[in-house]
Parts: sequence; structure tokens; C-alpha cells
Amino acid sequence: MQDFLQHFINGVSLGSIYALIALGYTMVYGILQLINFAHSDVYMIGAFSAYYGAMLLGFQNRPGIAALVILLFFAMAGCALLGFTIERLAYRPLRKAPKLNILITAIGVSLLLQYSGQVIFGADPKVFPSVLQDSVITEFLGVQLKVLDVAVLLVTFVMMLALHYLIYHTKVGRAMRAVSTNMNVASMLGVNSDRIISFTFALGSALAGVGSVLVGMKYPKIEPLMGMMIGLKAFVAAVLGGIGNIPGAVLGGLLMGLSEEMVVGYLSSTYRDALAFGILILILIFRPAGLLGRGGVEKV
Amino acid sequence: MKPILEVNQLNVYYGSIHAIKGISFHVNQGEVVSLIGANGAGKTSTLRAISGLVDSKGEISLSGQSLQTVKIYDRVKLGLAQSPEGRGVFPNLSVLENLQMGAYFRSDKSEITKDLEKCYVLFPRLKERRSQLAGTLSGGEQQMLAISRAMMARPKLLLLDEPSLGLAPMVVMQIFEIVKKLNSEGVTILLVEQNARMALKVSNRAYVLETGKIVMEGKGQDLLNDDSVRQAYLGV
Repeated sequence: MQDFLQHFINGVSLGSIYALIALGYTMVYGILQLINFAHSDVYMIGAFSAYYGAMLLGFQNRPGIAALVILLFFAMAGCALLGFTIERLAYRPLRKAPKLNILITAIGVSLLLQYSGQVIFGADPKVFPSVLQDSVITEFLGVQLKVLDVAVLLVTFVMMLALHYLIYHTKVGRAMRAVSTNMNVASMLGVNSDRIISFTFALGSALAGVGSVLVGMKYPKIEPLMGMMIGLKAFVAAVLGGIGNIPGAVLGGLLMGLSEEMVVGYLSSTYRDALAFGILILILIFRPAGLLGRGGVEKV
Repeated sequence: MKPILEVNQLNVYYGSIHAIKGISFHVNQGEVVSLIGANGAGKTSTLRAISGLVDSKGEISLSGQSLQTVKIYDRVKLGLAQSPEGRGVFPNLSVLENLQMGAYFRSDKSEITKDLEKCYVLFPRLKERRSQLAGTLSGGEQQMLAISRAMMARPKLLLLDEPSLGLAPMVVMQIFEIVKKLNSEGVTILLVEQNARMALKVSNRAYVLETGKIVMEGKGQDLLNDDSVRQAYLGV
């Protein structure tokens, strides 16, 4: 029981990070029907933006709430700017091109970021600035509740509340939902859909930036290829929940995190990564639209 | 008097297909004008050209201003609103949110609230269902929503694309009652319809389209009584 609770806490903590990154995949897919393969590398750039931002302000070694806020700011700003730029330069010119062309472009952008990262930042891992001092807050039933896990949960929770408010209770959120269901009609009603698409990219990328700080806080080693595996897992999480579906991305992320920690806890950490792909295969066979996704049946 | 909408020598091409072949027509202030014709005659292409969804050659102007260089999303600000073919409501937005989307470009909050109230008076059914997702509405209700959403822009010209499509005869009657009512309140309407009989009954004037050309035009009542129109479109 005690083990289970500990794995559960770890799983929710990991899962909420997957969820943050999965949201970026799912929001972009929802609006453009594009799997933005560069998203995992935007996440990587988030970690480096925070790293260099902290260095600039001399915050590498001053853990505390201020450090957390500053690192989040740099990561989110860096990612938002990059996401916006990628859409503008790489995807927008292809808006009317076949979907496959854009998909290949996305893979190209991903490789470009990974290898420019290796050239610019160097291939050697760097140590992420310390964000919060980890310690055990409380212990109940033999389960440890640590500062970092609580911080991950709190930050994720706040971000998701803000995202929910933005999407369901503001004008721009309403426009995002409208553009994602029918771009032509939204345009006729006066929505500049290009602007909404830019905003969606910036927003999804900023969430990946948040994810990168939370991961860097727990596993403080960053390098230019760090986005690949976590990006793939977040992508699987988005597919699991139903790609294009926002609550689905959160659910998928949590399920992925939980099952990963359970497998590591009860079986072996060897299966950590295999699990993600196992889930992907199963979901594609048995429920390709995802848990919360709806199939492509159209009412006429 | 200057017409609200003036279309001059309009041409639309889809690749090598010449869908609209140099048509000209106009809509005056306060009129209901119909474009009628069979499937594939070019009715919807004409509307798509006016709203900017397809590229076209020729002159389209709204209250004297040329629309050809105006972006799709700016046309509504000039007073052009549309209930699109197949209604085009956002199924995953609530009825209220759909209506709010109609007033997207407006910032006069109190006036928007007034217009919402007007919609609710015209369509009490929409008021009852305002927090329901639009996808759960019946076809007729969705059509009412699409028209109301367009009206939320306070348009100078309301475009209605096949408002009777796929609806039960009773509901079709209701929709045309609404068209008449809106017109009597001063709304200028361009109506595209396959249901020629109903369209001609509510129209001041109408144009008959055949394979991308206007083959006949006249007053609604005159066309209703015209032998060739009766044979071709009214099934008598």
C-alpha cells in the first residue's frame, strides 16, 4: 500500500509534465491537423532559454520561489517566441499544401533544432540551475511528500486552470475553438485565423517551456537531444487521450505517467520506455480515436 | 439609388473549370434578391466569391467599396454577413457562444447584449437552449442559429446560402417566414436557393443561373408565372 502510494505520487508528478507537453501537440493538431514534430525540440529550447536566462541574471545557484518564477518566465518566453517563429516561417507558407508536405517539414524543423542545438549549445550535457531545494515536507503512512513533487503539481495545476479559463472563458479562446472546428466560417465572422494559429503555437510552446523547467528541476541535466524521448511520450499521451482533445491530453499524460511509474516500481525500469510504445500500439489497434476522442463520423 | 451589392463581370475558375462565366447582378437597399438554379449552376460559387472564400475575377462592391482586395475576415466589418451552406454552426460551442462569435469583431458590449436579446425574441427556442452545444440542436434550430449569428454582425447585406436545405417542409415554411420578417425590419438579403418556389415567393427580384451564366432575371412574382421557369424549376 505504502509502495503504491509512493508510486502514485511519482506517477502523477511525471504525468502532469507529460500532460503539459501533450497539450501543445493536441492544440496544434486541433487547429491545423498537423503533428508538430518540432514540439519536443521547442521543449528542449525551453530548458536552454531558462539555463541562459538564469546565467544572465546570476540565478544559477539561488534556489527559491524567485528562481522558479524567473526560470519559468525565460523558458515560456523563449518557447513562445520559437513556436511563433516556426509557424510563421515553416508552416504558414504551406497552409494550402498537402498535409504530408507539412508533416515532413515538421520533421525537418525538429532535426534543424536538434543539430543547431548541438552546434550552438554543444553536445555535452549542462547542469540546469537549481530551482528549489528538495526536502521532505511531510511523511504520512510512510509516504514521502517532497517539495519538488508538490511544486510540479502546483505549477501544473495553476497552468491548467489558466489554460482552461483562457480557452473556455475568453474571446480568444472562443475564437480558437471556432477556428479549430471550421476555419472558413470563423474567417467569415471576422476572425483572422492566421493570428489565432500563431497564438495557439505560442501558447502550446509556452506550456512545453513550463514542462522543461519542471523536468530540469527534478533531473538537472540538459542537452540538445533531451526532447526526443519525452516528446515521443507526450505525443503518445496526446494520442491516448484523443489527439485534438484538450481534456484528453491531460488524461493521457496522467495515465502515461502513472503507468510508467507503476511499471518501474513493480516490474523493472528497463520497461520504462517500452511501455509508451506498447500503449501507442494498443490504442491504435483498439481505439484509434483515443479515450476521449470521437471517431470521424459526421452528421449530415 | 446606389445598390448595396454590385457584382460586375464575375468569373470564378476551379483549375481549368470555368464555373462562373462573367455574371453581373445587383441588390438594392431593402430588397430580397434570389439566385436560383439547379445543382452545379454556380449559386454557391457566386456566394463564395462574394464572401472571399474563392478567388474570382471581376468587380464586387459593397456600398460602392470594392471587395476584391479586402480580406475575408475584414468583409464582415464592412457589413457583409452570411449564413453559410450547411449552416456552419460550431457544434462544440454553445448556442450563446455561437451568437457571440457572430459579434466577434464588435467591441460595443452593451449593444451586443441588446442584439442578443433581439435574437432571443425572434427565436425563443435559441434562448431556451442558449447553454446547450449547437451540435445537439435540430437542423431547423441550427439554421435559425446560423441566421441569428449572421445578424449579430448587424450586416448591411445578409447572405443566405440554401437555408432550406435538408429541412422538413414545416421548418422550411418557418425559415422563409423569418426571411420575410427580417426583410420587413429593413434587412437587405441575398438568398441562394434550390427551392425556387419558396425563394421566388419572398423575393422582390431574382436571377436564374444555369451553368455559370445568368439566363433570366425579373421580379419574383413574374418569374413564378413564367412558363420556362415553371417547367425547369417549379416542376409544373
